[in-house]
Amino acid sequence: MKKKVMVGMSGGVDSSVAAAVLLEKGYDVIGVTMQIWPDTSEESRIREGGCCSLSAVDDARRVANRLGIPFYVMNFKDEFREKVIDYFTSEYIRGRTPNPCIACNRYIKFESLLNKAVAMGIDYVATGHYARIVYNEETGRYNLKKSVSERKDQTYALYNLTQDQLKRILMPIGEFDKETVRAKARELGLPVASKPDSQEICFVDDNDYGRFICENTDYEDVPGYFIDTKGNILGRHRGIIHYTIGQRKGLGIALGKPMFVVEIDVKNNRVILGDESEVFMRGLVADDLNFISIESLEGPMRVKAKIRYTAREADAVVYPEENGMVRVIFDSPQRAITPGQSVVFYDGDVVVGGGVIQKAIQ
Amino acid sequence: MSERFVYLDHAATTYVRKEVLEAMLPYFTEKYGNASTIYSIGRESKKAIEEAREKVALALGADVKEIFFTGSGTEADNWVIKGVAYANRQKGNHIITSSIEHHAVLHTCQYLESEGFEVTYLPVDKDGLVSPEDVRKAIRPETILISIMFANNEIGTIQPIGEIGAIAREKGVYFHTDAVQAVGNVPIDVNKMNIDLLSLSGHKFYGPKGIGALYIRKGVKITNFMHGGAQERGRRASTENVPAIVGLGKAIEIATKNMDEYNRKLIALRDRTIDELFRRIPHIRLNGHREKRLPGNVNISFEYIEGESLLLMLDMKGIAASSGSACTSGSLDPSHVLLAIGLSHETAHGSLRLTFGEENTMEDVDYLLETLPPIVERLRAMSPLYEKVKEGV
Repeated sequence: MKKKVMVGMSGGVDSSVAAAVLLEKGYDVIGVTMQIWPDTSEESRIREGGCCSLSAVDDARRVANRLGIPFYVMNFKDEFREKVIDYFTSEYIRGRTPNPCIACNRYIKFESLLNKAVAMGIDYVATGHYARIVYNEETGRYNLKKSVSERKDQTYALYNLTQDQLKRILMPIGEFDKETVRAKARELGLPVASKPDSQEICFVDDNDYGRFICENTDYEDVPGYFIDTKGNILGRHRGIIHYTIGQRKGLGIALGKPMFVVEIDVKNNRVILGDESEVFMRGLVADDLNFISIESLEGPMRVKAKIRYTAREADAVVYPEENGMVRVIFDSPQRAITPGQSVVFYDGDVVVGGGVIQKAIQ
Repeated sequence: MSERFVYLDHAATTYVRKEVLEAMLPYFTEKYGNASTIYSIGRESKKAIEEAREKVALALGADVKEIFFTGSGTEADNWVIKGVAYANRQKGNHIITSSIEHHAVLHTCQYLESEGFEVTYLPVDKDGLVSPEDVRKAIRPETILISIMFANNEIGTIQPIGEIGAIAREKGVYFHTDAVQAVGNVPIDVNKMNIDLLSLSGHKFYGPKGIGALYIRKGVKITNFMHGGAQERGRRASTENVPAIVGLGKAIEIATKNMDEYNRKLIALRDRTIDELFRRIPHIRLNGHREKRLPGNVNISFEYIEGESLLLMLDMKGIAASSGSACTSGSLDPSHVLLAIGLSHETAHGSLRLTFGEENTMEDVDYLLETLPPIVERLRAMSPLYEKVKEGV
């Protein structure tokens, strides 16, 4: 019997090629687009680009038809609202900067979708992520490895995968670089070969998080003070959700020298600014950890650590703490360590694990 | 993926019956004349349209001049509701309908609300029945239209149309029924039932898609729907879709002639399915009235599972079914009909509609009965909710 695989199809190039590659490899492929939008208003219908927008559903369906595979739209609106959108807004309201893609991978794609697939007797779930899943004979564990194309690598957003999940996931395009993927799409005559990459956060179409939070929650902006690290008042801010650590542009005040957000003090409704040097911190504390290449962290471990999707990896040592947290100390200070973002640990191209940054430490 | 294919979604659409297709074919290639012309092949088209009109009139107990062809059942619903509303604005601005109508009626009513009309959406009981007394109580001096569907597309409940018609007649209010699901399944007589307006659709009784009809009782005030020609006596301009009209006529003729036998057969399939599913699967409920329901309709909620996964797994086994109405299966929200009969959000999500048709056999039911229970069991085994229920037992 052919193994059955359900491919999460966003209508984009990557997941389309993933489906095509699996078909070539002889799997019984079923295409699925996750419907995650809270409504089917005219507005969302015409919205382009978002990875699971309705136009994406149409694109994915076209690709599935082209490949001759069954295609379904499955409803994840409630889960997406709860696990991704509500998490996103509540983190901002707590003065943190969330990464909703990590939440979506963790709870929607590789929990809700995977569970449904398993319940339906399907062997694997596949996605168009740039990452590789490799079984390690020695450790007996499934490892998550970087894509062959480091530039496109998406392992940062996948560090929460568990062993149970990894053994049921396929990421066939982790073996390719983007150019190869596009070439494959053209070769297969897929209608999406030249579609641009999706950008930004899929459910905030104009990238205005502040507006999105105000419209979708009962949060109201409460203006407060900008202060410097000594406690001097520098000016008025619009409300804490509009700021993130390391931010320089859009502060709305002139200070005579470049100033950066170094901390958001929710309790006192203050945004603390500092000069460039004050944005650099020595280390961090993280919780909500998941380890992949190891069962658990038993002692200090030297790693390369990445503190946001776009950050470069930096040399660091991870120290286990009591109460399930870790402390990460970098060899040299890192710019804009941001609570709410994740820190992911690498050993070469293997993902060791990661967690959510609780605070930066000096 | 599956070798066997069993179609159990006849409420969504039916295939075109062979005799119907054969009747249609000449009108694509040989008898292609425009029915508004004076020469021979034009006259032939005109004649074919009028013969089809007679067949529709006969099936409904109406006069031939009271039948108007439309592009679909949805178009007929749109026309009737907007047309009666606009034509009778001087008399009043109030419309009565039910909360379980097809969206073609509901959304049109909602549109009219934005235009200043008032709409009463009557509730239904747990079986999906509208109470005629509720209709009577809802009538006001400014009520211009009552629109209650003949039979529900999701749960199959057949409404007391005759009783509602009698009340409407007594009160002098126009009575429309969306009979898209009923035609071909239930005997209809527009005079005995005091129906003033009735919508139907060809592809629900083995006719082609893209053709419907509206019955408009003589004397009913309604605006014209399409402007730009004398077709359909000026009420619905546009060159007639002659092959589809011919197909509709043929289909309704056969459906009316075969109705008793067809119903007996479907009821046997339906009742065995319902009885056996209840025997084999715990924690299920039948939606819709047990007796006052369409002969081919089964609608069952399976507690603790999602209809979506169920449908996909049935599809993989070659069984074509639906979770609600076909028109809303793209939207994946719980059905407004199931919510209206009192189901919770969760239970409504775990619902399955099976609608039998002419080509189905007891072997199809056997295949369904051997396929469905293990799927339900498997999905429940994976459901955290069901785990809790079992532990609680």
